[in-house]
Amino acid sequence: MTRIRNFTLAAVAATLLSGTALAETSVKIGVLNDRSGVYADLSGEGSVVAAQMAVEDFNAAEKGITVEIVSADHQNKPDVASTIARQWYDQDGVDVIVDVPTSSAALAVNDITREKNKVFINSGAGTADLTGPQCSPNTVHWTYDTWALAHGTGSAMVEAGHKKWFFLTADYAFGQALERDTTAVVEAAGGEVVGTVRHPFPGSDFSSFLLQAQSSGADVIGLANAGGDTINSIKQASEFGITQGGQAIAGLLVFLTDIHALGLETAQGLVLTESFYWDQNDGTREWSKRFAEKHDGDMPTMVQAGVYAGVLHYLKAVEATGGKDPTAVMAKMKEMPTEDELFGQGTIREDGRKIHDMYLFRVKTPDQSQGPWDYYEQVATIPADQAFRPLNEGNCPLVQ
Amino acid sequence: MFELLGIPPQALFGQLLLGLINGSFYALLSLGLAVIFGLLNIINFTHGAQYMMGAFVAWMLLNYLGINYWAALVLAPVIVGITGVIIERLLISRLYHLDHLYGLLLTFGLALVIQGLFRNEYGISGLPYQIPPQLSGGMNLGFMFLPNYRGWVVAVSLVVCLATWFVIEKTRLGAYLRAATENPTLVGAFGINVPRLITLTYGFGVALAAFAGVLAAPIYSVNPNMGADLIIVVFAVVVIGGMGSILGSIITGFGLGLIEGLTRVFYPEGSAVVIFVIMAIVLLVKPAGLFGRAA
Repeated sequence: MTRIRNFTLAAVAATLLSGTALAETSVKIGVLNDRSGVYADLSGEGSVVAAQMAVEDFNAAEKGITVEIVSADHQNKPDVASTIARQWYDQDGVDVIVDVPTSSAALAVNDITREKNKVFINSGAGTADLTGPQCSPNTVHWTYDTWALAHGTGSAMVEAGHKKWFFLTADYAFGQALERDTTAVVEAAGGEVVGTVRHPFPGSDFSSFLLQAQSSGADVIGLANAGGDTINSIKQASEFGITQGGQAIAGLLVFLTDIHALGLETAQGLVLTESFYWDQNDGTREWSKRFAEKHDGDMPTMVQAGVYAGVLHYLKAVEATGGKDPTAVMAKMKEMPTEDELFGQGTIREDGRKIHDMYLFRVKTPDQSQGPWDYYEQVATIPADQAFRPLNEGNCPLVQ
Repeated sequence: MFELLGIPPQALFGQLLLGLINGSFYALLSLGLAVIFGLLNIINFTHGAQYMMGAFVAWMLLNYLGINYWAALVLAPVIVGITGVIIERLLISRLYHLDHLYGLLLTFGLALVIQGLFRNEYGISGLPYQIPPQLSGGMNLGFMFLPNYRGWVVAVSLVVCLATWFVIEKTRLGAYLRAATENPTLVGAFGINVPRLITLTYGFGVALAAFAGVLAAPIYSVNPNMGADLIIVVFAVVVIGGMGSILGSIITGFGLGLIEGLTRVFYPEGSAVVIFVIMAIVLLVKPAGLFGRAA
C-alpha cells in the first residue's frame, strides 16, 4: 500500500515536474516587417494578426508554452532591420524573428540570426539567395522565392508564346534576383531578353521606363518589382496603351492586396504565381474568414499565411523538443513534416527551403468576380517537387 | 534611322514629353510652396499630405457621394483649402513671431499625423481611381502614344501656374499681398485686413496642392504615402528655383522634370538622385537659388 502510494506520489510529482519544466518554456516571437511603407498591406499588421492566430490555434497556453509577440517596423531598410534584430536578440530576449519582407533587409537579419544562433522564419522576402549562397542553418524560407516565381510565371508566359522579354527591375537585391532567375528560365526555354531598365526603389512614375520597353520590340514586359511599384507600373502600362498595343505584362510578384488596389478593370487577365489564395478549399476559406474578422475585413496575402504556418510549425517543434534551444528546434523543424490548413503538407529542406505546391492564377474579369476579394481563378498547380530550385543547384554551403 | 546620343530621336521626344508631364506636378506643388513661403515665411512641410488629401477627397467624393472627376477638380481643392484655413488659424498663426524652424516642425508633425490617420483607415496599397471617360484613350503622335489624360495634365497645370503668377505679380490683389509681406504694419494702416489676407493665401497654397492631388489620382496609386515620396523632390525644386520665387518655381519645376526624364533614359538608376545633385551644385554656386533674390 505504502509502496503504491509512494509510486503514485512519484508519478504525480514527475508529472508536475515535467509540467513545470514545460511551463517554463516561454518564447518570444518578433514580427519584423514594413508597417508603414509599400509592403505594409501585404505584411504589416496582418502578419502580426496571423502570428497571434497561430499561437491561439496551437493552444500554446494549454501546452505550457507561454508566447509573447512583439513587432517592429524595419521601413524596408537593411540598417534599420539589423539594429532592431540585434536589439531584440541581445536585450529583449526574442527567440525567433518572422516575416521580414524586402530582400536586402531579410539578408541582413539572416546574417545576424546566424551570428547570434537564433531562429529566423522568413515569409515576406523573395530572394532565393536566402537558401542559396547565403543559406544559414538558422533560417527557414517559408512562402515563396524568386526562383519559384520565375519558373511559375516566367515559364507560363514563354509557353504562351511570349519569347522576347524586357525587364522593369526594382534596383535592389530582390529585383535583381528576380530578374536573374527569370532570365535563366526565359533563355532555357528558347526566349531572349531584349532589354532591361533598373528603376530606383521605391518609385512612382514608370511611364518613362514603360515607353522604353514599348519601343524595344519585346513581346512581354516582365515586372521584377513588387507592391506599390508593381501597382503603379501596371496602372500606367494600361494608361499608355501598352497592353492594348499587344505587349503582354508579366507581373512576376503580385500580391492579392495589389490586385485589390488596382481594381479588376485594370488588373484583369494578369497571370501570377502564388503559394496561397484564400479561396482554394474549405480550410483556407475558414481560416481566411477568421483572419478577415480580426483584420478590418481584409483577406490574407500569402505572406501573412506564411507567417501563420511558420509560427505554427515553430511552436510544434518547441513542444516536441521540450525547449527552445535553437539548434534542437531547427533540427526538429526540418525533421518533422509540416502540416497546416493553408499550405497542406510539406517539408523543410536542409538548406532551409520550405517545400510546398505553388499555383498559377489568372486575375478574373469584373464580370467573373462575385464581389470584393474574389479575384483569382486557378490555372495550374506547380507540384512541390518542381516548384522550387533543386537542392543541388543553389550553391548552398550547407548542402555540399 | 539616325540616332541622337545613342537613342532614336523619336524615343527622345517621347521622354522629353514625359519629363514635361512630371514637371507639371513639380511645378504645381512647388508653386504652392513658393506662394506660402513667399507671403507667410512658413516652410509648409504639410504640402505633401495636402496633395495626398486632394487625391483622397476626390476618391471619397466619387465613392461615397457619386461626384465625378470634373466636380472633384473644383470641390476637392476647396475642401482641402478650408482645412488649410483652419490649420492656419488654429496653429500656424501662433508661430509667425518665432523662428522658421518652429513652423517647419509643426507642419512636418502635422504631415505625419495626417498620413498616419489615412494609413490607419485606408491601408497603404492605395485605392483605384479611373481616368474620366472624356479623357481616356490617347493620340498617336508619331513618336509616342500620348494618353489624353497626360496631355490634359500638362495643359491645365500650365494654365493654373501662369494664372497664379499673373494674379500675384500683375494685379492689385497681388500687390496687396506682396506689400503685406514687406511691411504688414503699414499695409494694415491702409485699412487692409492683413491676417485675413495671410490666412486666405495659405488656404490658396493648400488648394493648389490638393488640385495637383486630384490631377494625380487617376495616374498614380492613391495612397497615404503618395505625397511623402514627392514632397522631398518638390522641396529640392523650390530650393533650386529660389525660395519664394513664383516664376522661379514654375520654370524650375518643368525644367527639372525634363532633366529627370532624360536621366531615366541614359542612367535610370540615377533618376532618383539627379535632382538632389543639381540642388547641391546650385547651392554651392548660387545659394539663393536660380531665381532667388539674395537676402
